[in-house]
Parts: sequence; structure tokens; C-alpha cells
Amino acid sequence: MSKAGVYLHIPFCGRKCSYCDFYSLPADQSQMETYTAALERDIARSHGIEADTLYLGGGTPTLLGERRLRRLMEAVKEHFSFAGEATIEANPESVTPGLLSALFDMGFNRISFGVQSMREEELSLLRRRHTPQRAEQAILAAYEAGFRNISADVMLALPKQTKETLGYTLSRFTALPLTHISAYLLQLEEGTPLADSHPVLPDEDETAALYLMTVDTLQKAGFRQYEISNFAKEGYPCRHNLKYWQGEPYVGLGAAAHGCIENRRYAYPRDIKRYLTGAPPEDLGAAGGFEETVMLRLRLTEGMAFQNSRVIAGMRPCEEAGLVVIEGNRLRLTPRGFLVSNLLIGRVVELGGQKE
Amino acid sequence: MAAAQDHIRNFSIIAHIDHGKSTLADRILEATETVAKRDMEAQLLDNMELERERGITIKARAVALTYHAKNGEDYLFNLIDTPGHVDFNYEVSRSLAACEGAVLVVDASQGIEAQTLGNTYLAIEHDLEVLPVVNKIDLPSADPERVCHEIEDVIGIPALDAPRISAKMGINIEEVMERIVTDIPAPTGDASAPLRALIFDSYYDSYRGVIVYIRVKEGSVRVGDQIRMMATGAEFTVTELGYMGATELAPQAELSAGEVGYIAASIKSIGDTRVGDTVTLANAPAAEPLPGYRQVQPMVFSGIYPADGARYGDLRDALEKLRLNDASLTFEPETSSALGFGFRCGFLGLLHMEIIQERLEREYNLDLITTAPSVVYRITLTDHSVVMIDNPSNYPSPDLIAEAEEPMVRANILTPADYVGNIMELCQERRGIFKDMTYLDQTRVEMHYTLPLNEIVYDFFDALKSRTKGYASFDYELSGFAPSKLVKLDIMLNGEVVDALSFIVHTDKAYPRARSIAQKLKEHIPRQLFEVPIQAAVGGKIIARETVKAMRKDVLAKCYGGDITRKKKLLEKQKEGKKRMRQLGSVEVPQEAFMAVLKLDE
Repeated sequence: MSKAGVYLHIPFCGRKCSYCDFYSLPADQSQMETYTAALERDIARSHGIEADTLYLGGGTPTLLGERRLRRLMEAVKEHFSFAGEATIEANPESVTPGLLSALFDMGFNRISFGVQSMREEELSLLRRRHTPQRAEQAILAAYEAGFRNISADVMLALPKQTKETLGYTLSRFTALPLTHISAYLLQLEEGTPLADSHPVLPDEDETAALYLMTVDTLQKAGFRQYEISNFAKEGYPCRHNLKYWQGEPYVGLGAAAHGCIENRRYAYPRDIKRYLTGAPPEDLGAAGGFEETVMLRLRLTEGMAFQNSRVIAGMRPCEEAGLVVIEGNRLRLTPRGFLVSNLLIGRVVELGGQKE
Repeated sequence: MAAAQDHIRNFSIIAHIDHGKSTLADRILEATETVAKRDMEAQLLDNMELERERGITIKARAVALTYHAKNGEDYLFNLIDTPGHVDFNYEVSRSLAACEGAVLVVDASQGIEAQTLGNTYLAIEHDLEVLPVVNKIDLPSADPERVCHEIEDVIGIPALDAPRISAKMGINIEEVMERIVTDIPAPTGDASAPLRALIFDSYYDSYRGVIVYIRVKEGSVRVGDQIRMMATGAEFTVTELGYMGATELAPQAELSAGEVGYIAASIKSIGDTRVGDTVTLANAPAAEPLPGYRQVQPMVFSGIYPADGARYGDLRDALEKLRLNDASLTFEPETSSALGFGFRCGFLGLLHMEIIQERLEREYNLDLITTAPSVVYRITLTDHSVVMIDNPSNYPSPDLIAEAEEPMVRANILTPADYVGNIMELCQERRGIFKDMTYLDQTRVEMHYTLPLNEIVYDFFDALKSRTKGYASFDYELSGFAPSKLVKLDIMLNGEVVDALSFIVHTDKAYPRARSIAQKLKEHIPRQLFEVPIQAAVGGKIIARETVKAMRKDVLAKCYGGDITRKKKLLEKQKEGKKRMRQLGSVEVPQEAFMAVLKLDE
């Protein structure tokens, strides 16, 4: 049995970004204190599970401050016998050289910055608080503090984004000491301020072109695509995220956190009060069915092997169209295929359901 | 409480659509206190969900009620509601065969409309006494005097003393009731003669079996009698009979000559009872059946297929049940290479087709695909044999055809004079031949056209309405076949002919129709993994082409923090969407696309 990952959800934010519909709350000191205690309580309850990856996501986990983060790290080390990749998400504006050194010192060895863009007009549209300069300073400061595994997020298909503006952001990224880049397509989520402003977004063809350009540009700069949205220098794919796609166990703790242990998926309520009072997670059913496995594995560029020859035969026309590559009984999506992954997954699942 | 014949009045209410027929029926029910006020729902007789929603009457329905007249005596009224739409003339005809009179409702501001005429002529053909009533006198635009004169001038029946009423406001309803007593004749018929009762409607009740609605013309029938259906020869024992109450059946001991009522006799097989058949007694049969009334031929045919092929049997059961109380519906099995197993169904018109489709979907929970409607063509082959073609798939190859003929209709259009130009333009586009035109008064015109049925089954009614701001009304009847230049138009998706999308069309219309079908399909076929060429061809020659480009990007769902629920939901949604799609070769076609190609508004 492979070791588990641990995901801690820290739902506090300095301010809500215009496109965000994740569960997050204003940073209130006393609430952050009780929340940290609740996480410690649940970490202790999970005692016995061994973990080799840790991921603090949010929200903005760094808002908890050095003292509380150290408590969480100590608890994880104690109860999960933890050693391995430890990632913390950070916003460029909320880190200081002092905090970065402390994070590195307490055991975090990977940091992921929500940069999103190096264009001021795009950052202000997203209501991010940092400037491009601040993002660069934060990444360099993390490097100075000792981090050698640094990731940054970039957002594609923003309103008015062109190949030129995106190319600019990517060139600033690749000049930095990054080992990993996540590139997400902007998705308008109902009820977010950005969606409510009804922006004009790049159309389907323009969006596809932006994505393919990103894959190509990053590839040339040494960031190999290993997942639909993720790119890494050799040896630096995010081991924690790989657990999600490879069907390995992960403990998720905190309000709105999802986990998958002993082949059961579960989620904690999206409600901090209920989390604090110890409400148990909701059972989301068994993990690992064929459809789920296909859905997760085909996100990876390594693809997935199929025993059912109908799948391979049925996907040949997609290979001719340049959407997938077939090597023996292994199928993997190309970047163009990733863009239509729902359709491809649907087709594979349908083919897989047929008798040979 | 069997009533003496001279105290029975059997009547229908006929009207152009929306002139207030069902509202008047409701008022009559209220006035006779047939329905307790608390049970009163507006438009009580329209008891199909679909009828209430569309505000139209599809099925005729009958109800018995007692009226205490001013002369101090009680009368048994049998009120038979009728549909107003031209598609449902057959239902009207069935209802009229059970009556001695008809209350003709005419809107006090709109006056006579096309179906006012159509329905009145039907009533006169059945020898019914027509009692005109001018409704909606409460409207500011009402002009009852003009409308009464119009009824006299155009229809030729006395109308100057017609009751002026408002069914909605309940004004002068009593006058209508009294006039029914005085003007509509009582039924005649020898109660001691052998039983002859006309079946004018039926429906299936899961507890009692088939319930037939009958009009006893002669003789009488009692519970326990052995009855025989004269056309089918099937025999049954009457388990229950009685009057149709407004909300429930009212069992009686006997029904005799002149009365309208229902019979239940544990009839399990739908095929044993035919609307129009005569019921008699097995041990004392009548010598001759009653003349069956005009059997109307379906005019529009289309294929109906279950979206899920496994539900073919359910579709058959549902069609059989619907046919039980809709004798104008016909169907037989057919196979399509694109759609699998289904039924070729015959309808009275496009509205009838839409209603059957909706009833199948709602009442029987079926997901359906309907192919383009076709009329029946008469084709003389080069070997002089004649074939009738109601399915484009069976259209013979051009070199085998000596002559092709298409069905024509005589159309009667009533319109305000302002729209005459628009109507002439429309009819010309639809290959119509102008016959004549008369002014009903200074502002209203009646126009007669001969039109190919093929040109009116798709969207003629909608086009007429939109070009006359809704003011024109329209009625038609079949007038035989006429030679025509016809071609079969094939639609190809990804190079393969989709049989379910083939059309028969006049040569002059082939190009524009091909172009608009190709465009409609392009609008309705979503982008897929591969590019989809859409082609329209006549005799193998491509005359229109469109392309659905390949999908470049679908929705990507984040799986942040190991939360894969969004992605799962997205895939579920995609699967649901796929269920509404039909796989035609390598192309997925949404079910709406089959219907959309029928609505080719200019």
C-alpha cells in the first residue's frame, strides 16, 4: 500500500478574487485560532495513517501565520509519520522573507504561488492584490529562503487575452527560478463578480490556440506537460497532485476538504461552524470505478493501458485526428485531445462498457 | 331517473378556436349545478393536462346534466364538447353524430372565422338544428348586431334573435338554456325496437377495461345484457352503464333510445371496440348497423421512434391505447437504418401529430424521435401500376416514374381586407392556385385557394398567422390529386444518407429547401470530435452543403484539492445530453434536430 497524501484546507483569504467560487472566509484571528485547533484535533484522529506528501491549500494558507503553521506541521509529522514533499500555497503579496525562511525551516519544501498573470490589467481584472514586480520578488525571496521547488499558476483565456499578452506572462515566468507551472483555463463560475460582469471571453478557437501555445512555449522552456494543466522541469511533477490522478489515498481535512481513504471518497461540509463543531465528513461513495479511473488517469500525459481491445480499436479515428496517441494498449491524450477531454473520456467509457 | 324522450336534449357546442366554447360549457355545468362550485375548475371539460395548457380542446367529451326549465319541468341535457381546430374535424363529426342540435358560439367582436364555417357545415351535413349564440359581448370591441347579420348573411341561418351572452361573465346563460329546450329537437327513436347504439368515443380505464360512450338510437340496454359489436362481432356482458357526470360516472339501470351514456363490459381488448360501430343485443340483434359516420383518412404521415430502442414495445402499447380514443390515429411498424424500429403513423394534420407526440411523451413517459412529416403521393410507374407513397424512403427511382401526383386541398381563408396582399403572396409561394374571393362586409374577405397539401402541413398556419398579425383564419378539405413535378431530397451526414431526414419536394422548391435544411441542421448539430459535413442531394447530385466544425474545447472542470465531484458531474451531464442524441453513423444528432428541420420559417 502506497503512503497517503495529506491535504489541509485553509479557507481564509485577505480578499476574494473576482473569479473564485471556492470556499473561503475573511481572515479573523480568533477564528483562525479555533480552526487551527480543529485541524490539530482531526490530524490527531487520523493517527496511524502514513503520509509522504502534504499540501496546504486554500484560501491563503500563509495567512495563518508562522506560529499556527508550525503547529500544523508538527502535528502532521507526529501523527502521519510524515516525511516527503510538503507544499504550501501562497499569494505573492502575503509573504515576507522572514515568513518564507520560517516556512522552509519548519519543513515546507515546495511553495506554490498564485501569480495568474504578469500583466497589470489582467491582475486588476482578477482582483489580485499583487503587481507583476511583487510576484517576481516573492518568487526570488522564496528561492533565497531555500525553496528549490517553486510553482506558479498562470490563467489562460482571460478577457482580452491574446497570444501576445499570454506570451509575455509566460516569458516572465520562464525567466524565474520555477520548477513547476500550473496553467488553468479561466472558468466563469456562476455568482462570482467576474461572471456577473459578463466579460467578453476568447471564443472556443481562440481559447484552444492559447492553450496549445502555452503547452508549446513551456515545453520549449523545459517544462514538460505531465497533466492536463500541469508542467514541470524534469523530476519536479507535484507528487501530491499525482496521488489524485493515480488513485492513491489522501486524507483531506478542513471545511470543504475532500479525501479518499480505503477506497471511500468523502468531503467535509462547506461550513466552518459545522467543521469546528466536529461534524463528520459526508461519504461520497466508493472510489476507483472504471469511469472514475479513466477520468483521472487520462488527465496524465502518460495515459492509461486498456485490456479491452474495443477501446483501442474504437479510439483509432481519434488518433488519426491527432487527439490521442496509441502505443500498444496504452492510450494517451495529446494537448489537442486534452482540450476535448470530456468527449474523449465519454467515448472511452462507452467503449469500455462494451463486451470484447 | 330515466327521462322521457321529449325531455332529453342532446347537443354539441361548436365554435372557432378561442371563441369561448369551453367557457360556455363550464357555465352550463354551473347553471345546472352539475358540479359543486368547489369542484369547479375552469374549463372542466378539457380534462387532459395538455388541453388545459394549450387552451384548446383536443378530445370531445360528454356530460349529462339536469336543467330545471322555466316551464317548471326538468330536462336531461347531454352536452358533448368538441374541438375547434381544423385537424380535429373528425372528432367534431363523431360528436355531432350523437346529437340533434348544435350550439354555435361566435365571438361578438371577431365574427365568423374559418372554423365557424367548417364546423357549422359539418353540423348541417348531420341534419342538426344549429342554435347560434353570440359570445363575449362584454368586450369593448363587441358588435353583436353586426355579427348576427353576418351569421344570417354568410351561413344562411336565422340569427337576429340569437342569445347575446358573455360566458366569461355569466351573462344571459339562462337564455341559452331555455333556447336549448325550445329550439333543439328532442331525440326520436323506438325504445322497443332492437338495440342500436352508436359508439362515438371510448377510453381505457385500468379497473373497468374499455369504457365506450354511446348514443342509443333505438331500443334499450340494461346491466347484465349480452351485447354485440356489430362490426367486430365481439360479445360482452354489460357490467355497468350510466350517464357521464362532469367529474365521475353516474351508474344507471338502463339506457334507452335517445339517451347518451357509457357502457363498461370488462372489455379488455382495444381492438374489439371501434368508434363508429353499432352496439346491439346478442339475443335480439338489430338487422342493420347504423350508418357509420365519415371515416376521415389521415393526411400526414411520419415515423415515430423511441429514443431508446429498447422501448419499442412500450411505444406500441402507448399507441394502441391512444388509438382507442383517437380513431383518426393510424400506425404500422417501420424500420429506419438511422433510427431503428418504430412506427409509421398517420395524422389528421401537424397539430394532431404534435399533440400525439406530446401525449406519448407525457402520459407514457417516452422519449421520441419524429421524422419529417410526409403526405401521401400517388405515383404511376412506367409499367402503369399505381403506388401510394407515404414514406420518402419508399419513393421510386425517377426513371421508374411515369407520373407523380400530390394531394391538393381546397383552402378557405377568412381575413381582414388589409391582409389580402400578404395572403396572396404567401399562397403563391406555396404554389397555391387562386379560385375566388368575396367580401363578407367592407372589411372582411373570404378567399378560396387550391393548395398542395404538402405546402400546408409544415408551417402554413404559423406563416399565415404571422403575416396577418394573427387575424386570418383558415380551414381546408382534401380535393383529390393533381400531377406535380416531385423529387426526393436526401440529406447526408458525413457522406451517409440519413433515411429519416429524406423529403419529397416540388422541383422548384428543392434548392431553397435543401439550403435551409442544411442550415437548420448546422444550427442544431453540436460540434463533435470530428468535422461533420452536411449535404443535401437530389438524385445523387449535391445541391447544398454546410459543415459543422470539429469541437476545439469542451468545459474543463478543476479537480482542486482532490475534489473530483465537479468533473464527475460534468461527465454525468454529458452522458445525459448524449441520451438525447441519436447516433447516426459517426455523427451524434440531437433529437430536436429532427423536429427543427420541419420548421423552416422564412
